[in-house]
Amino acid sequence: MNEYTADEMMSVAAARALGEGMSCFVGIGLPSTAANLARRTHAPNLALIYESGCLGAKPARLPLSIGDGELAETADAVVSVPEVFNYWLQPGRIDVGFLGAAQLDRFGNLNTTVIGADYHNPKVRLPGAGGAPEIAASCKKVFVVLRQNPRTFVEKVDFVTSFGHGTGRGDRERLGLRGAGPTLVITDLGLLRPDPETAELTLTELHPGIEPAEVIEATGWTLKVAENLSTTPAPAEGELSLLRALKKAGE
Amino acid sequence: MARVLSLGEAIAELVHDGDTVALEGFTHLIPVAAGHEIIRQCRTGLTLIRMTPDIVYDQLIGAGCASKLIFSWGGNPGVGSLHRFRDAVQHSWPVPLEIEEHSHAGMANRYVAGASGLPFAVLRGYTGTDLPAQTDTIKPITCPFTGERLTAVPALNPDVAIVHAQRADRMGNVQLWGIAGIQKEAVLAAKQSLVTVEEIVDELEPRPGALVLPGWAVTAVAEVPGGARPSYAAGYYERDNAAYQAWDVIGRDREEFARWLAGLTGVKA
Repeated sequence: MNEYTADEMMSVAAARALGEGMSCFVGIGLPSTAANLARRTHAPNLALIYESGCLGAKPARLPLSIGDGELAETADAVVSVPEVFNYWLQPGRIDVGFLGAAQLDRFGNLNTTVIGADYHNPKVRLPGAGGAPEIAASCKKVFVVLRQNPRTFVEKVDFVTSFGHGTGRGDRERLGLRGAGPTLVITDLGLLRPDPETAELTLTELHPGIEPAEVIEATGWTLKVAENLSTTPAPAEGELSLLRALKKAGE
Repeated sequence: MARVLSLGEAIAELVHDGDTVALEGFTHLIPVAAGHEIIRQCRTGLTLIRMTPDIVYDQLIGAGCASKLIFSWGGNPGVGSLHRFRDAVQHSWPVPLEIEEHSHAGMANRYVAGASGLPFAVLRGYTGTDLPAQTDTIKPITCPFTGERLTAVPALNPDVAIVHAQRADRMGNVQLWGIAGIQKEAVLAAKQSLVTVEEIVDELEPRPGALVLPGWAVTAVAEVPGGARPSYAAGYYERDNAAYQAWDVIGRDREEFARWLAGLTGVKA
């Protein structure tokens, strides 16, 4: 069996979630690593869209930021920032929005703004919204990738930067949000999906060697576990070697 | 026709204490040298605007030039946090910093409204988020045709916009290519503008797809080779990633920062 880290399992699982021929609005960090791995494995025609205006970027190495010159040089088109948000994102043309976050709650709401309940007196000031609120609102669906622990998986986010499912099923429709919101959360321990009835995030898949108790322990709310819990296939050798080459070239 | 000025003359003339100033750039072509000149000329009370304030804004904030920041994502791209920004927000050091916080889509549309001569822009954004409760410049609006609830954001019309580009001629016609970000909108939205360029040439080579700001839409150009470092200028130089990483160490500590500032201004801390 291949030796791999929990982070590598997470990146591989995230890459597998992206289908061939999809368009994907990519955040930097874990989402970008996963999207670039997907393009090198099962989804060579995945269209990567970066908020710097790069549409259909095909970077030969991992970009260091969303405005990396490599993205512009390899893109099908480079458009202005108003265009990427107004023409491409807002009308719902993008299949998947791929986001990370500092906090996520049981309904998939995301926080990248402040830690602490007082906005004006935060415990930690985070970078802020960037493109995430409208990515979460407008893409046909949203995948979230982040490491799972009680600090990041909280009962209620301190600040709703990006709307997931609000307080439960039906909130998105009531607010007139067009996309389906977070349909998949990929972590270093397993996969979570919103319950079809309540939209509460539920553990549906475990990574190999992980016990449900570990995932429950790493979650800041009482985590529901699906009855027919399945196991993610371990990273294949090809997936691992491509991921490692990608990470190495990005250093 | 734009005037050709030195960087020092341009900042002295165009940027005044208390002004609203946008130094734009989207990872690419960030007008870093112009930001440093503002620090050297000791401007204070500035309202700084930028979608993606990064290390040059961390430096301006740490130097005490700004009293307000209008932004949508503040970080050191690919590295982490802006520690001078955090220190100003969390501890009012060296001076209190008021913030007006948006999303990228909101900021982009605010510039578009500014460039279009309109008082506000409409977008399908912010719905369900906690941002409208903290930001006075995000308001609901009802579509007069469909009755749909949307979001309105007011135009941004900075006193001065400063951007960096690859090349200009002596009339101030500007060529800019690669990731174009929000620079064109920022210049057209502003009352006055300064474009720093890698080089001023007698005649611009026609370059298909290059975004051109005509000289009559620009107040001043200044030749500042390397003016975007440590960010990059497509066709001229690459991003200096080590400098962004090094900034994390300097920005993290007030004393380290003071030493850096003394080095920039030549004034002992």
